[in-house]
Amino acid sequence: MVNHTMSTPTTSSNTQKLIIVGNGMVGHHFAEQLVESGALAEFEVTMFGEERHRAYDRVHLSEYFSGRDAESLALCDADYYHTHGIQLRSGEAVTAIDREQQLVVTEQGHYAYDQLVLATGSFPFVPPIPGNDSEGCLVYRTLDDLDAIQAAAKNATNGVVVGGGLLGLEAANALRGLNLDTAVVEFAPRLMPMQVDSEGGELLKEKIEALGVQVLTERATQRIEPGDNSRLRMVFQDDKVLETDLIVFSAGIRPQDTLARECGLSIGERGGVVIDDQCRTSDPNILAIGEVALWNQSIFGLVAPGYQMAKTAVATLTGGDICFSGADMSTKLKLLGVDVGSIGDAHGNQNPGARMFRYLDPLTQVYRKLVVTSDGKKLLGAMLVGDNSVYDTLLQYYANGIELPKEPASLILPQQSGAAPALGPDALPETAMICSCHNVTKGSICSAIDAGAADLGSVKGATKASTGCGGCAALLKSVVDHELEARGVEVDKSICEHFAHTRQGLYDIVRVEGIKTFSELMQKHGNQETHRLGCDICKPAVASILASCFNEPITDAAHVPLQDTNDTFMANMQKNGTYSVVPRIAGGEITPDKLVVLGQVAQKYQLYTKITGGQRIDLFGARLEDLPAIWGELIEAGFETGHAYGKSLRTVKSCVGSTWCRYGVQDSVGMAIQLENRYKGLRAPHKIKFGVSGCTRECAEAQSKDIGIIATENGWNLYVCGNGGMRPRHAELFATDLDDEQLYRTIDRFLMFYVRTADRLQRTSVWRENLEGGLDYLKEVILEDSLGINDELERQMQHVVDSYQCEWANAISDPEKLKRFRNFVNDARPDPSIIMTSERGQLRPA
Amino acid sequence: MTATALKLSNHNDTWQPLCTRADLVAFSGVAAWLSTPEGPAQVALFYLPGHAQELYALDHFDPFSKAYVIARGIVGDIKGSPAVASPIYKQHFRLEDGQCLEDDSQQLRVWRVGFKGDEVWIEG
Repeated sequence: MVNHTMSTPTTSSNTQKLIIVGNGMVGHHFAEQLVESGALAEFEVTMFGEERHRAYDRVHLSEYFSGRDAESLALCDADYYHTHGIQLRSGEAVTAIDREQQLVVTEQGHYAYDQLVLATGSFPFVPPIPGNDSEGCLVYRTLDDLDAIQAAAKNATNGVVVGGGLLGLEAANALRGLNLDTAVVEFAPRLMPMQVDSEGGELLKEKIEALGVQVLTERATQRIEPGDNSRLRMVFQDDKVLETDLIVFSAGIRPQDTLARECGLSIGERGGVVIDDQCRTSDPNILAIGEVALWNQSIFGLVAPGYQMAKTAVATLTGGDICFSGADMSTKLKLLGVDVGSIGDAHGNQNPGARMFRYLDPLTQVYRKLVVTSDGKKLLGAMLVGDNSVYDTLLQYYANGIELPKEPASLILPQQSGAAPALGPDALPETAMICSCHNVTKGSICSAIDAGAADLGSVKGATKASTGCGGCAALLKSVVDHELEARGVEVDKSICEHFAHTRQGLYDIVRVEGIKTFSELMQKHGNQETHRLGCDICKPAVASILASCFNEPITDAAHVPLQDTNDTFMANMQKNGTYSVVPRIAGGEITPDKLVVLGQVAQKYQLYTKITGGQRIDLFGARLEDLPAIWGELIEAGFETGHAYGKSLRTVKSCVGSTWCRYGVQDSVGMAIQLENRYKGLRAPHKIKFGVSGCTRECAEAQSKDIGIIATENGWNLYVCGNGGMRPRHAELFATDLDDEQLYRTIDRFLMFYVRTADRLQRTSVWRENLEGGLDYLKEVILEDSLGINDELERQMQHVVDSYQCEWANAISDPEKLKRFRNFVNDARPDPSIIMTSERGQLRPA
Repeated sequence: MTATALKLSNHNDTWQPLCTRADLVAFSGVAAWLSTPEGPAQVALFYLPGHAQELYALDHFDPFSKAYVIARGIVGDIKGSPAVASPIYKQHFRLEDGQCLEDDSQQLRVWRVGFKGDEVWIEG
């Protein structure tokens, strides 16, 4: 029986009912491809998701424990499906398929289909070990699984992952992230048996053990029983035991083919719904894609082939002629921070007569292996452990059948020994696959450029390249740069018409040459073809650079014409030409006496008052000529400027912390005040906000700030590059359990590195997203001093800290500077055009 | 060069002193109150010492925000002409003739202006 209430009223007779079972990565990609195909109007689409969350990025699942939440892992905006008229039914599991009636059955009802797409994915395999259903035995696959692991970890000190493959090591990373003593138990003689050989496996094991993760190979668990010291005890084949509080099974995946099996579709011997090149199953009205589908006896457990199937299935339904023809399973990973790469026939056991080259460096712990044809001319496969830097080059040799250099070994030997240079983008054929997630070849990148995409961002927008796993980012950039160059497009990074330099370039010039004024910089490095007056782009940018480097008062005669009006008058201009005033209230802590003063000043100068999001008080409607008097009174009462007008540190928001809160573990207010006083006055490419929370409840919302600090039992966890506003971004965990001194030092370096390298008006979040090498690179620079600049960064910050002075106190002590605050230089009257009206007991612009 | 001001000083009744050089801010703007027979006006004065034309007078009123703020914008040169950027919505106005560079339909009023010694004189 069809439940008609479920169908949309707009259905016309010539639309087909299309049902998608599964709202995972591949199911979602299918929907996206359908939207993009333009054929959506031909279908009335309903999509079922068993999980309560809409489709999310399972590849980066472990980041859930390092700060990302379900929303930030989601693959699309909450209203994506609705906008496109796709009915998404999350949390509604399909329980049966009636092929005769063409119905899909759930607990809520029956739904008719003309075409059905199965994208049910896979489920984690739990080995049939007695006791595997004990409390504390978990799996690692979904967000709900992760919540369960997190809950179980609360009362645990250690955890074991059963399975030493790709997913097992991901799970081990997650347990480590939860501060558990972690062990990995693998049945095979080595870790990642699918991807690496025994030498590679041995090296991998060493590297992972060095991280404090115990690795047990060749262990078959016989049973799981209650432990003596921990919750559980694992008993192995030799009666040796391992006690642990929780066990995560991650021993492979199996296709989720139950629905298909029960409705009689053709199923492979070892599971999986059999599909043809068009992704059709044995029932022509049913298609299957992703990890549930079995093509040519193979299941593809990676996202890229799943996406290709999704694309194929859309073509099949809309009359296109794309075929699925298998997929390359080459992959590069970073597991527990260790690079592992596998290309083609990495073991060399699928090509009789194949020859192998091996390079093993036990000191730097790098292992590389090449599998080549017997004549040594073509690459058949490769294996990398410890360093993936040559992966992209090798993959191109492999995927495009490019002839190897005379001495193939040069490809895997260290650079110093005269290794062949990386394969340049010009050596790649048009067919070279650049982004396998979105199936983008070098040829399609060239077409996008020819069609007008003139920079990396536009190429990404036009082709979607590098918007999947992001693994091809560096390769894509080099191809785009090369192609643009080849077309004579000079990539112009000039800040404006006055300087042929980027902000970073100008910053370096100012520092290296010790240039202290805009006019000197213009004289020496400005574009001679202009009037050399600068403009509203370069002047504030240079003002900010000069302030970051030398910290002279921005109201000094040489600097004052450079500033935006807000900096010039040290207040925020509002739409009617009046200003708002925000005194600093460090950490949001204010005495009642000072609170009274703010009220009195607001009354006296008839200012509208509002509490800001940064725990301060904003006084609106101040007339230009009143600003000095207002500040005279505020400074008298002990206030100082809050820099709300500057591209500089704004506030450090805090919760009350251990002083008052029963959950607080550190004095978050005290720390917030320390930090605010340390960094106040620092001018940066854009504004900077901090938050300090006294415990993991995170009441200060620190993870939405440029710098977020969350108290732990042992100190402070530091998060960086978060943002609220238009494009919210969760801050990423950067360092853990820092003491106060370590925290200041790390933030000193981080902020100065940002000041030094960011573009103008680039918040830390966007800076971070554009930073080549990403968070890992940032950690290397800041925490490991890989560039050797940390002493200098700290010195620079110390100079800013030591040279701080309140700009308003400086200005009101100088009559020459105060002249600037006359509304008319020749007349004492106020601006007669400013008219106020009253609303809710306060004044506002009429 | 500031020769313009010297020539017109004596014979033209509509010229009047407005303020002094010390009231100006180099490479930036200030606002002045101008009384004329037609009524008062708010004038934005921009001072570019050492440039071919050193002094400019434009309407202080910003037609986009409808606030009197033009003197508080950043002065620079855009595509070959000295210009000021409105501090509110950032449109550029050419100092020479008040033309808005982003919107052909908007042009600020301009006054002739020059130095007489250290005094700023304006025609209006």
